[in-house]
Amino acid sequence: MIKCENIFKSFDGRTVLNDISVTFETGKTNLIIGRSGSGKTVLLKTLVGLHEPDEGSIYFDDVCYTDLGFKARKAIRKDIGMIFQGGALIDSSTVFENVKLPLDLFTEQSEAEKRERVEFCLERVELSHAPHLYPSELSGGMIKRAAIARAIVLNPRYLFCDEPNSGLDPQTSIVIDNLIQSITREYNITTIINTHDMNSVMEIGEKIVYIHTGYKWWEGTKDDILNADNKELNDFVFASAMAKRARGK
Amino acid sequence: MKILAAFGRYIILMGKVFSRPEKWSIYYRRVISEMDQLGVGSIPLTAIISVFIGAVITIQMAITLESPFIPQFMIGYATKETMILEFSSTVIAIILAGKVGSNIASEIGTMRITEQIDALEIMGVNSAAYLILPKIIATMIFFPFLAAFSMIVGMFGGFLVARMGVMIPNDYIDGLLYYFDSYEIFYSLVKMTVFAFLITSISGYYGYYTKGNSLEVGKASTTAVVVSSIMIMIFNLLLTQLMR
Ligand SMILES: Nc1ncnc2c1ncn2[C@@H]1O[C@H](COP(=O)(O)OP(=O)(O)OP(=O)(O)O)[C@@H](O)[C@H]1O
Ligand SMILES: [Mg+2]
Repeated sequence: MIKCENIFKSFDGRTVLNDISVTFETGKTNLIIGRSGSGKTVLLKTLVGLHEPDEGSIYFDDVCYTDLGFKARKAIRKDIGMIFQGGALIDSSTVFENVKLPLDLFTEQSEAEKRERVEFCLERVELSHAPHLYPSELSGGMIKRAAIARAIVLNPRYLFCDEPNSGLDPQTSIVIDNLIQSITREYNITTIINTHDMNSVMEIGEKIVYIHTGYKWWEGTKDDILNADNKELNDFVFASAMAKRARGK
Repeated sequence: MKILAAFGRYIILMGKVFSRPEKWSIYYRRVISEMDQLGVGSIPLTAIISVFIGAVITIQMAITLESPFIPQFMIGYATKETMILEFSSTVIAIILAGKVGSNIASEIGTMRITEQIDALEIMGVNSAAYLILPKIIATMIFFPFLAAFSMIVGMFGGFLVARMGVMIPNDYIDGLLYYFDSYEIFYSLVKMTVFAFLITSISGYYGYYTKGNSLEVGKASTTAVVVSSIMIMIFNLLLTQLMR
């Protein structure tokens, strides 16, 4: 479980996050949705500690992350996997080296053990055929898969995904979404996903938080979302033709 | 004021870079690979520039020192002194600032804007140390070798033109051997070590604090080269005052 309470964050006097309090549940795919520029990425990065909140507290399973020092945070970071909007694979390393990097940094495993673990993770994301390729040689979908493999290599307890399927075709998007959801269930991870894709919401949204201009505007499940009584949310949800039709039924 | 703030951030970054590494084995491997990329990769450029400059200096000296009162070997001596004292450290450092500095700033800058640095931070890595420290160590070890290499290649360039008829080759060699002062070489290599630190840390700084898009990466890399070059000039003056 990840919980944040009364989070505020501003840049150069401009408030981006306004009093956000949410609880993200374990073993579920929690979605943060909202329009471009609403503050999703900033919220996600604040939750993982890449941005310091101006105010408020963040809890990882009852441990107050915001109170911790550098050392103790590092211990928690070992349990965090993150998939960035653009993949953020290290350009100068191959897929194999990218996935192996967290093992090099955090474990004392032998090369053979590391190799086995990396191969297992690549298998899991169906990238076993491409360990020797560099990020520049991968397609968008492959980059996302490699990023997922790297994020799960240390068996994280918390998984953060910033628009895991942006820039992918609808079919590949669903594959990626389902992959993240099945990993979440398999290992009982707390997963938080940023997205503005209504397909993902309907496919894997178990708990959904709608962010609008830096405020938490709404939260609920995907069953509630089509019948929500909230103008901004409805505008967002029914902007896509498919969702309109879904309501028509 | 802005310069002061930048200097403050630079010092803070260096504090992060030189904090105790969490795992030496990783740094060791990275130092080796950076030496290969930043050091060995600069050998051809250093060789080409040094051999030509050595040749040209010898020709210039031969013309300038053309006088019955000046012994011919002085040409070789002057070439040697020019190479050792200034060219092979300061000028080569400026050239390396252009090559290596822009490379470092754009590499780290790209990593910043594509969230690769964030990804490292998430893995609990001290990203500043992980990215910059191996480059600093690698260049501080390797650049003095490049300077020494440049001295030798430059003198060889002079020898080539001497053989082509600019002067008597044996006189040239006598000049190279005349009044050999190892302190001069020590002085030059110390300068180069300092310049290596300046180039790498300054370029690393501009790359690390890049913000925005690829346009900004280009700007960061240009600024890195300009600032490193200026700092090399300033430190050249300081070190010369201090050591000579
Ligand atoms: N490092 C930063 N410095 C200053 N302002 C920032 C920074 N990061 C984000 N912002 C601002 O915060 C606001 C929210 O940005 P954010 O990246 O969180 O949007 P988003 O919801 O993720 O959008 P998208 O769906 O396009 O990714 C934007 O107005 C942006 O300009
Ligand atoms: Mg975003």
